Amino acid sequence: MKKAEKITFKIDEKTCYAWPGQSIVDAARDNGIYIPSLCHVEGLKPAGSCRICNVTVNGRNMTACTAPVGEGMVVENDTPELNELRKTIVEVLFVSGNHFCPSCEKSGNCELQAVAYRYQMMVPQFPYEFPVKGVDARPDLILHDRNRCIMCKRCVRGIEKDGKAVFSFEGRGGEHLQISMDIDLASQLSEEEAFEAMEICPVGAILKKERGFAIPIGERKFDKAPIGSEIENSVEQD
Amino acid sequence: MKETIQNVIEKYNRDRNRLMDILIAIQNMHQHIPEDAVSIIADQLGISKVDVKQTITFYHFFTLTPVGEYAVYLNDSAVANIKGRAEVVQAFEDELGIPFNSVTTDGLIGIWDTADIGMNDQEPAALINGTVFTNLTSEKVKSLITGMRAGKDMLELMRVIDAELDGPELLSTMVKNNIRQKGAVLFSDAYEVGYALRQAINRTPVEVVDEVKRSNLRGRGGAGFPAGLKWDFCRQSRGEEVYVVCNADEGEPGTFKDRVILTELPKLLFEGMAIAGYAIGAKQGIVYLRYEYRYMLEYLESILQELRELNLLGKNIAGKAGFDFDIRIQLGAGAYVCGEETALIESMEGKRGEPRNRPPFPVQTGYLNKPTVVNNVETLCSVVQVITEGAEWFKSFGTSDSSGTKLLSISGDCKNPGIYAVEWGVTIQKLMRRTGANNVQAVQIGGPSGICIGPDQFDRGIAFEDLATGGSVIFISEERDLLKDFVLNFMNFFIEESCGSCGPCRSLNVILRNKLLKILDGNGVEQDIDELYKWAGVGRSVNRCGLGQTAANPILTTIENFRHLYEDLVQMNESFVSAFDMESAVAESCEVVGREPNLSR
Ligand SMILES: Cc1cc2nc3c(=O)[nH]c(=O)nc-3n(C[C@H](O)[C@H](O)[C@H](O)COP(=O)(O)O)c2cc1C
Ligand code: SF4
Ligand code: SF4
Ligand code: FES
Repeated sequence: MKKAEKITFKIDEKTCYAWPGQSIVDAARDNGIYIPSLCHVEGLKPAGSCRICNVTVNGRNMTACTAPVGEGMVVENDTPELNELRKTIVEVLFVSGNHFCPSCEKSGNCELQAVAYRYQMMVPQFPYEFPVKGVDARPDLILHDRNRCIMCKRCVRGIEKDGKAVFSFEGRGGEHLQISMDIDLASQLSEEEAFEAMEICPVGAILKKERGFAIPIGERKFDKAPIGSEIENSVEQD
Repeated sequence: MKETIQNVIEKYNRDRNRLMDILIAIQNMHQHIPEDAVSIIADQLGISKVDVKQTITFYHFFTLTPVGEYAVYLNDSAVANIKGRAEVVQAFEDELGIPFNSVTTDGLIGIWDTADIGMNDQEPAALINGTVFTNLTSEKVKSLITGMRAGKDMLELMRVIDAELDGPELLSTMVKNNIRQKGAVLFSDAYEVGYALRQAINRTPVEVVDEVKRSNLRGRGGAGFPAGLKWDFCRQSRGEEVYVVCNADEGEPGTFKDRVILTELPKLLFEGMAIAGYAIGAKQGIVYLRYEYRYMLEYLESILQELRELNLLGKNIAGKAGFDFDIRIQLGAGAYVCGEETALIESMEGKRGEPRNRPPFPVQTGYLNKPTVVNNVETLCSVVQVITEGAEWFKSFGTSDSSGTKLLSISGDCKNPGIYAVEWGVTIQKLMRRTGANNVQAVQIGGPSGICIGPDQFDRGIAFEDLATGGSVIFISEERDLLKDFVLNFMNFFIEESCGSCGPCRSLNVILRNKLLKILDGNGVEQDIDELYKWAGVGRSVNRCGLGQTAANPILTTIENFRHLYEDLVQMNESFVSAFDMESAVAESCEVVGREPNLSR
């Protein structure tokens, strides 16, 4: 398709183009604009659960991963108010889990950590909750550490075995919700699938066993450049 | 067991969308969903066990362990608490020798907390195996326990504490309707079954939609969206298959008007649904009935049957060739958020009641991804009167922005709690006089998600353009501890009832509640009030659904209107209170190593 067949819209003054039906987050990325996202993975049904991708359209906030671009839409993204909200959201995620980054295998590859750096979180404004959460290490190849889980549902949506969900929500509400693994299915994951499960998790909540610090700290994905810069430095696509 | 569970699954055609019904049946049979049943369901529906469990664990009335042959669910709403719940709890615990939220060792009786059950005008109240017991006292609890130990059935149990039960045979209940004021639109004596429907089918569907549009009837479930416009949007979706859904989830604490409509005027409601069905071209209507109202199920089914016999439901309704419409009732299983229309649809599809991301809206993609109109019970009833009497007549009531009348569920500290059909615009002062509410410190309007106002605002009126409400009005008298008895209770309610999807809804409300507790414990400073207020403002602009957007309203509106109550509690001259208790911090480790805490103070 040519530009003419695309929808034209704006993000913070910049004219952008999108395929009909494309979400704001995906379209922004194609236009070299980073909108932070945690629960979103291109190709999976959007969950709209982390809320970090909130943008403002016509004075109303909406999640850019769930909202499709509309012709002529004017999207506010990089504003002081939204960036403050995003920082708040990240802080809430940090204090409501137990994130001890220096001892985490995912440090440097972790999207939560990376977004926190990008929004310059120093010390959260909220008190730490230090919730008591467990680790499920029953399957042979993976473990699930609930202390680090941000309940983004990427594993729930993305990891299946024989067409069945391996991960699911359990419980509800502010104090009982958690991710559970189907132990039968999780135990049958192949090496490759186990690796995929670890990769789909934005944080260090799903880890592949017997594999640690293969890439040293300092040389990991977000150690060299902030999250989003790969999008911002990309050439605008046609 | 295997066979009975198999039969249940067969009864619902191994349809994953009917998982709620399957689970309800099994929970009733076994007082829980046994692990074996989970395996069988997973196997038969071709999904994983955690997938089955994620639905089970979402709903308060589904459990993985037995809840007791007699499962007592005692309402824990704020109003239940000010009406003597503590005494009832004590009586249960003393008589049974177990703490709340557990089961007797013989498995006979379980006692559980539950969120508002829609009985605020007759608290303390409890559900026992789905039957409602109202106005409980410690004496009545003793009689009930004796009855349960003697193996009495529900009817006998009710008679133990209330000799004269209300209602028709299929609805023998202790629940009183307390209709204190009738109105022109609802509870008028003029209603004649089937009249409006016959009027409607003599006009085109578009004419019916236009009449409803002209009446300015706005949704009575809380959000106030114009009903006619919603129907019009649904028509514009041009679905082959479309649905009418009646939202009878009524979960907002303090609201109970839909319960009274369902009891007194079920035909009015079903007729309203049929009119909606005619207007948007639906063949199927579904009532999503909250589990707390299960005691009405048989009765409502019998009314549906009666209407079928009158040819007001079924095929070629009222002689109109090709107009087929029928209604089924879908039970919920205990989740406030399922009142949110998209969560309700998810629930009707047998899933966790997690609100959907919008767009698309239900009128485009609703139940089974088909265009769906979701309307509140009272909205659908009002439609009948709009069609009978005309839009102009309807508009002659109320204010310019809020036409017609509204049913209010009034409870709390007043002499005559119950149902009041009022014209929109009525002031709080007027309501206080009518209901006999004295020494009122505050009024909570619209339930916990609404607002809390003080006497300086009692001249304001109930209307969409002023004090909007889905129907709940709670009077709070001067002797109550507003922050502890109400604000804290409301925050705990939202924490429990959040679906948990959105990060800020799931976790920020816990942070807010803990900050509130810090203040209530006397460990707050002035900065805590300001932080509380600032943090409470976040949810509105980031969360997905109305629950997360309004969950901090109890804090926001009381800081706005009752800041002095917070200031009385905090240490105004301090800038920091550590609130750190060394003794309790080391208690656990001391116990492990078997030492006394050695704290030189
Ligand atoms: C958390 C939450 C709970 C709700 N509960 C109810 C309810 O119990 N009954 C109801 O009719 N509407 C409820 N609503 C509003 C519905 O989402 C929806 O707006 C309404 O059913 C539409 O019907 P109406 O336009 O006739 O009011 C709730 C909304 C939210 C956000
Ligand atoms: S385990 Fe990882 S992918 Fe799954 S919900 Fe938690 S953080 Fe998200
Ligand atoms: S706002 Fe709260 S209740 Fe609503 S979808 Fe989000 S987490 Fe669920
Ligand atoms: S990325 Fe959009 S809500 Fe998480």
